[in-house]
Amino acid sequence: MEKKKVITVENLVKKFGNFTANDNLNFHVDQGEIFGFLGANGAGKTTAMRILCGLSAPTSGKVDVAGFDVSHQSEEVKKRIGYMSQKFSLFEDLSVWENMRFFATVYGLSAKVFKERGEQLLHKLNLFEERKRLVSTLSLGWKQKLAFSVAILHQPSIVFLDEPTGGVDPITRRQFWEMIYEAADNGITVFVTTHYMDEAEYCDRVTIMVDGRIDALGTPSELKKQFNAASMNDVFLALAR
Amino acid sequence: MIEFKNIHKSFEDVHAVDGVSLNIEEGELFGFIGPDGAGKTTLFRMLNSLLIPDEGEISLFGLDPVKEYKKVRQIIGYMPGKFSLYYDLSIEENLQFFATVFGTTIEANYHLIEDIYKQIEPFKNRPAGKLSGGMKQKLALSCALIHKPRLLLLDEPTTGVDAVSRREFWEMLQKLKEKGITIVVSTPYMDEAGLCDRVALMQNGKIHAVAPPSEIVAQFSDPLYSIKVENNYKSLQALRQWEHCENVYPFGETLHYLDKRNDVDGKDIEAYLSSQQLVFDHVELIQPDIEDCFIALTHKVG
Repeated sequence: MEKKKVITVENLVKKFGNFTANDNLNFHVDQGEIFGFLGANGAGKTTAMRILCGLSAPTSGKVDVAGFDVSHQSEEVKKRIGYMSQKFSLFEDLSVWENMRFFATVYGLSAKVFKERGEQLLHKLNLFEERKRLVSTLSLGWKQKLAFSVAILHQPSIVFLDEPTGGVDPITRRQFWEMIYEAADNGITVFVTTHYMDEAEYCDRVTIMVDGRIDALGTPSELKKQFNAASMNDVFLALAR
Repeated sequence: MIEFKNIHKSFEDVHAVDGVSLNIEEGELFGFIGPDGAGKTTLFRMLNSLLIPDEGEISLFGLDPVKEYKKVRQIIGYMPGKFSLYYDLSIEENLQFFATVFGTTIEANYHLIEDIYKQIEPFKNRPAGKLSGGMKQKLALSCALIHKPRLLLLDEPTTGVDAVSRREFWEMLQKLKEKGITIVVSTPYMDEAGLCDRVALMQNGKIHAVAPPSEIVAQFSDPLYSIKVENNYKSLQALRQWEHCENVYPFGETLHYLDKRNDVDGKDIEAYLSSQQLVFDHVELIQPDIEDCFIALTHKVG
C-alpha cells in the first residue's frame, strides 16, 4: 500500500551569502510517521526546519508540506502545522488555560470547540485542578507535555518538535514519547529534532545531517546495520565526529 | 573528603532536600542522578555556600560552607545549569574576568584548560552571547577551571549539547580527574551516569542509592524482557492492561517489560501479544542497564 506523503523535499538548497546551510536535501515523510531529524549543533537542522514551516524561503528546490508549496503558499502551510520548541513554546506569565486559549485563538478554533477540546486535554494531562496556575510555576516536564498538547490542539497534519525534551529525566521523557506515539497513531505526522540518540531509536525513520547535507537516512535498525554500530549514538559519532 | 550530614532545606511548603547524608572522596568523579525537581541544584547551592541548610552540616575538605564561605568559594569551580557568563563580553574577556576575580592569570593555569580552550580560541573575540551551545559549555568550563579549583561542581552541564560535544566533554572530565580535581556533576542522562565512579540516585529530596554504576546494575535481579513489536503505542496500552504486568516502557526501538511473577517465560508474553492481535518480532530476556535500574527504583518509590 502506498502511503500518503505529507512532506516532500526535492533538491533543497539554502544559502546565506557564501554559506550553504542546506546543500541539496532530498527526502519525504509519510503521513503518521515519526521522523527524526538529527545532526550536530550547526549542521543546518534549524534552517531546514524553518523552511518546512514556511518561515524562510528556499534559495532553490521544491518543498511541499501538507499539500502546499512552502515558497508560494506558506500561509496555507502554517495553518496545517503545529510547532513546539524547547526554547519558547508557552507564555510563562499566562496561566495554563490562558496559554491554551491563546494558541487556540491563533489557530482559529471556535470557542465551543476550544472549550470541549481544552477541558478534555486538561483531564487527560491531570492538569484540570492546575488550570489557573501560571506556566512559570510548572515543572519542566509538565511544561513540555503542555506545550506539545497545545501544539496539536488544532489537530494539524504535521507537528514540528525542535529539541523538545532537553533536561528531563528518563521517566518524564518516556511519558512525553508516549504522547508522540499517540499523536502518530491518530495520524499526525511528527517531525522531531533531538540531540539524544536514545530518542532517535524511538523514531520510525531518521536522517542525520552533517555540514548541510543528509549523510544518512533510514530506520534506526537499517542505519545501525549500515554503519555496523550497536546504537544510534555510535552511528552518529561515526558520521559527525 | 566532602561530607553531607542529615541536610534539610525547605522553600515555603516544598521540602527540596530531605535528610541527605553521604560522603564523596577526594579525587572522585561523583554523579547525582535524578528527575527535574529532585533537589540536586539545591544541594549543590548549599555545598558551594550560596544557600544555608535549615538543618545538618556540610564539610568540604574540612571547611564549613556557612562559616568559612570565603575560603570555600576560593576552592570551588561552579558551572550552574543555566549559562551565566557575560553575554556582551567576548570569550577572552570572560575568561580574563574570572581569572582576575580569583587573583590569578590565564597564563598561570592555562595547562588546565588548554584542551578545551584551544577549541574555542579561534573565536576568542566573539561575544559569549553569540556562541553555539557546545561552545558556551566549553567556555563555561574554562571559566570554572581558571583558578585551579580543588572541587569542580557541574550542574547539568550537557543539557542542549549535541552527542559529539557531550562525548568530548566527558573525556575532558576524565582528564581533569586524572589531575586530581574532585568532580561532582548532576545529570538527567543515564548514559552519562555510567561514566561516573559512583552515583547517587536522588528523588523528592532524598537519596535512594549510592554506589558505582556497575553495582547498581548488578543489584537488579528481576527478569527483564525486551519486546520488539510492530506498533509500540498499541502494544504498550495492551501490556499495561495485562494483570501480570509490573511495568512496561519504551526503550529505543523496543519495549522493556517486567512481570509481577518471578517465573515468567517469554512464551507467556508472546501468547498474550498474539491473543491481542499484536504483531511482534521477538521477546527476549535481557540484562538491564543503568536506565532500567533508575526506572525500577523510581517506579517502586512512586
